[in-house]
Amino acid sequence: MATSKRILEAETSKPVSESGSFEDLPLFDADSKKAGIIEAASKKKPSTVKKNQPSARKKRARRKSTIDRKKSTVASEASAAASEKEARGKPVRRQPAYQTAQTLALRQREISVSEFFAKNRHLLGFDSLTKALLTAIKEAVDNSLDACEEAGLLPDLLVEILELSENRYKIVVEDSGPGIVKSQVPKIFGKLLYGSKFHTLKQARGQQGIGISAAGMYAQLTTGKPVRVITRTGPRQQAHVYELQIDTKKNMPVIISEGASEWSNDHGTRIEMEIMATYKKGQRSVDTYMHQVAMANPHAHIVYRPPKDAEVIYPRVTESLPPEPLAIKPHPHGVELGVLLDMLKTTKSRNIRGFLTTEFTRMSSRLAGDVLEAAGLPSSMSPKRVTREGAESIINAFGRAKIMKPPTNCLSVIGGELLERSVAREIEADYYTAVTRPPAVYRGNPFQVEIAFAYGGTLPDDEIVKLYRYANRAPLIYQQAGCAMTHAVNATAWRNYGLQQARGALPSGPLAIVIHIASVWVPFTSESKESIAHYPEIIKEIKLALQECGRGLSRFIRRGVRERDEAKKRSYIERYIPHIGIALREILSMSEKEETRVVDKLKTTLERSRKL
Amino acid sequence: MKENKHVVQKIKQEAKRIKGSITTGKKPSMKFPLRSLSNVRYHPKLGFFEMRGKKKERTLTVNTVKTFAQTLRMMALSKELLETDDIATKREAYYVSKNWEAARFDDQTESDTVIDDVEAFFSLNREQLGFIPEEKGGDVAGKLVVIDRDRETGKRIKIDCTKFGSGAYSIPISVEELEFETNAKFILVIETAGMFQRLVKHAYWKKANCILVSMGGVPTRACRRFIRRLSDSKKLPVYVFVDGDPYGISNIYRTLKVGSGNAAHLNEFFCVPQAKFLGITPQDIVNYKLPTHPLKDVDVKRAKDALKNDPFVLHHKTWQKALSQLIKMGVRAEQQALAKHGLNYVIDTYLPEKLKHPEHFLP
Repeated sequence: MATSKRILEAETSKPVSESGSFEDLPLFDADSKKAGIIEAASKKKPSTVKKNQPSARKKRARRKSTIDRKKSTVASEASAAASEKEARGKPVRRQPAYQTAQTLALRQREISVSEFFAKNRHLLGFDSLTKALLTAIKEAVDNSLDACEEAGLLPDLLVEILELSENRYKIVVEDSGPGIVKSQVPKIFGKLLYGSKFHTLKQARGQQGIGISAAGMYAQLTTGKPVRVITRTGPRQQAHVYELQIDTKKNMPVIISEGASEWSNDHGTRIEMEIMATYKKGQRSVDTYMHQVAMANPHAHIVYRPPKDAEVIYPRVTESLPPEPLAIKPHPHGVELGVLLDMLKTTKSRNIRGFLTTEFTRMSSRLAGDVLEAAGLPSSMSPKRVTREGAESIINAFGRAKIMKPPTNCLSVIGGELLERSVAREIEADYYTAVTRPPAVYRGNPFQVEIAFAYGGTLPDDEIVKLYRYANRAPLIYQQAGCAMTHAVNATAWRNYGLQQARGALPSGPLAIVIHIASVWVPFTSESKESIAHYPEIIKEIKLALQECGRGLSRFIRRGVRERDEAKKRSYIERYIPHIGIALREILSMSEKEETRVVDKLKTTLERSRKL
Repeated sequence: MKENKHVVQKIKQEAKRIKGSITTGKKPSMKFPLRSLSNVRYHPKLGFFEMRGKKKERTLTVNTVKTFAQTLRMMALSKELLETDDIATKREAYYVSKNWEAARFDDQTESDTVIDDVEAFFSLNREQLGFIPEEKGGDVAGKLVVIDRDRETGKRIKIDCTKFGSGAYSIPISVEELEFETNAKFILVIETAGMFQRLVKHAYWKKANCILVSMGGVPTRACRRFIRRLSDSKKLPVYVFVDGDPYGISNIYRTLKVGSGNAAHLNEFFCVPQAKFLGITPQDIVNYKLPTHPLKDVDVKRAKDALKNDPFVLHHKTWQKALSQLIKMGVRAEQQALAKHGLNYVIDTYLPEKLKHPEHFLP
């Protein structure tokens, strides 16, 4: 997100105003349902401090809650008391003394995005100590990989976790990326919703410009320690070091210290933060995550140093960078009213016909004319003068018009062969296969699905299959059950492919499934980017890819079953023939030599007839 | 011992044949008679189930190799028993197999099936192969003296079946050597131990001058053979008194009279063709106004199956009528149902009335 040179200067955060604040934020236009959640959440008392937050005892948090309390004195005494009680997490039955519009107005005030997320950190993936460690690392790694790829550099990553004390860790993520221009560092790491990726439709791991600053904010909330950033843009430049915090009220960075520094790397960025977290092993651990990152990024060299355990090195599988994904303009079929109104306001076009052809993909001048005619608007009308109703009729006209699908050359997938090799490096199995589907479109956004299977080998026989989910090369660890990928796997008839499956559940067998979806805009179900929304087009593509891989797999399994059957029958002969020999010897008082002769003869007779 | 040698010879012959086909590079096979009701024919003149020629051939293949090996080992065990003049119960044979490593049996039903296969294969009685059952033969009380031999001295001993008080003489597993002395008029064979107890308690045998035999369910081979030998040697009629239900008729009575489908090669000896069905007949249920239970699904199924497949029932119109009547009535009555009219109604009224007209008994 942050390290791009194309950082947009325009949107330096104006603190969001109360009324309609969130509608103004493009973030929430993407999904109106999400906006609903946010709005509902924002109506909560600002002073509900989380109970189970051990950090509440920490200096920083204490200061914050004092501020909260100070503010509440502005309100009437009754409401102050109420909010204080709520602050202690014990909702009390309200006194029958009802509020008036005036008293309510006293309590209504602005909420900054940072403040909001400080309280709703679960939305960003910081809901538990174990998850917090993973999310913080994930955000930093996503940024590093994105930055390297955008700059056309082969990523060299170092990820280190140091245990400082119980539930307190220092995490370090270092990359060989292009570095960050000095003046941008504070905003990138100390301000939410600041970044390069939100305003372009382009395949990338990061999307909204929340992640890394949220991680920093989490560090600040839990340990009070600032985020430390070292960055260097080239061998001739000096490295620069920053210590940053966020002013959660204003959503502005606070520079604790800054200065030149020595750094052995020629270029790149190193971020260090101290957070409250727990390091655990297992399915959703950082270990698993790093393993999965390596699997989907065969062009990256990654060094991972977990606490206590030995260093793990994931070497590069390929020296070639994935093709640079291209940014595209929005497709008319994917645009929503709020976004369109926004675009109309900010466009430089003089008339709406020009506006349509320049701001959208696949809009020829003729098509734009047709759309406007259908919408009943004159082509020459100034975009600034289009009303809400006008915009709505444009959207309706879009829906009726036949418009070419968006270009799909903007996507960059791993590629079947490389994905297979990469999976083979990480999972020891007997059989591998991979499929890359042609690009498809959901809601005007192009996307592409690729899938790899690993079967047999070290994978356990009698367990549910392992599902590895990726979106734009970033692994998805949590919320597997709610994900469209899981849904597609469940909805596939695995018995046809030789696997066992309980109704509507994941199949079981020695199989690992890797699903990767690449898109200019991956439809996540929440800001913490843990699962994919259930678009029918996406589910359909995943299912098709699963079926294609499944066909190869079933051929392999059937061959295996035949071979096993043969082996079993062979062992049957080996086991029971000697007993025929023993019985005959006992009945006929044969010599042992004769017995051996009979047994051998019988074995050859039987094996010959089996055509082995 | 002489007979033992003969059997050992048969086993050796078979083993030699198998060895012969192996050494000539052929897959050995054994032919077993099919042991089921579909492979028997009712022979009205001789009065028992006779085996039809149906055989199943078991060729040694990968799928049959385990059973094949087990059958041969069982034959080897039999040969050893015969040569050492020893015996093994079916259960013991099962435990002996535990020594056979891969060829051992996991369950006694498996080893029992193989023993049954072997005896059918040689058309021999399992006792002739050295295997004996654990099951009890049945109980006897009444005007009968059984002459057996003392196990140690070999001297004849007389066992008076009137002198067991409230107990009874227990039919041994092997009855071939027994001799009998009696002046009873008939043998009354009873299904349940409960009814037998009542008749013994009130010394019904004295009153009716008869011999009482309790089968305790489907009669064992020993029980069938005992009744047969007793009846044959003393020319006594055999009357059977069982529950009035499809099980009592087509399983218990039919097995006693004509033998089973499972060991058809032995039916010649293990059947009592002269047996007659005293009761409880479906008509008794009506005549004596007996309390009843509704027929269960399995009962109906059993009766319909007998009407369709049982060669014995198919031969006797009377039985077809009786079974159809039972199905139509949809009820069954137990022996004990007679207690409705008083506990000793069976002794004072039912049996005397029935015995006045043996010609009314069902075949």
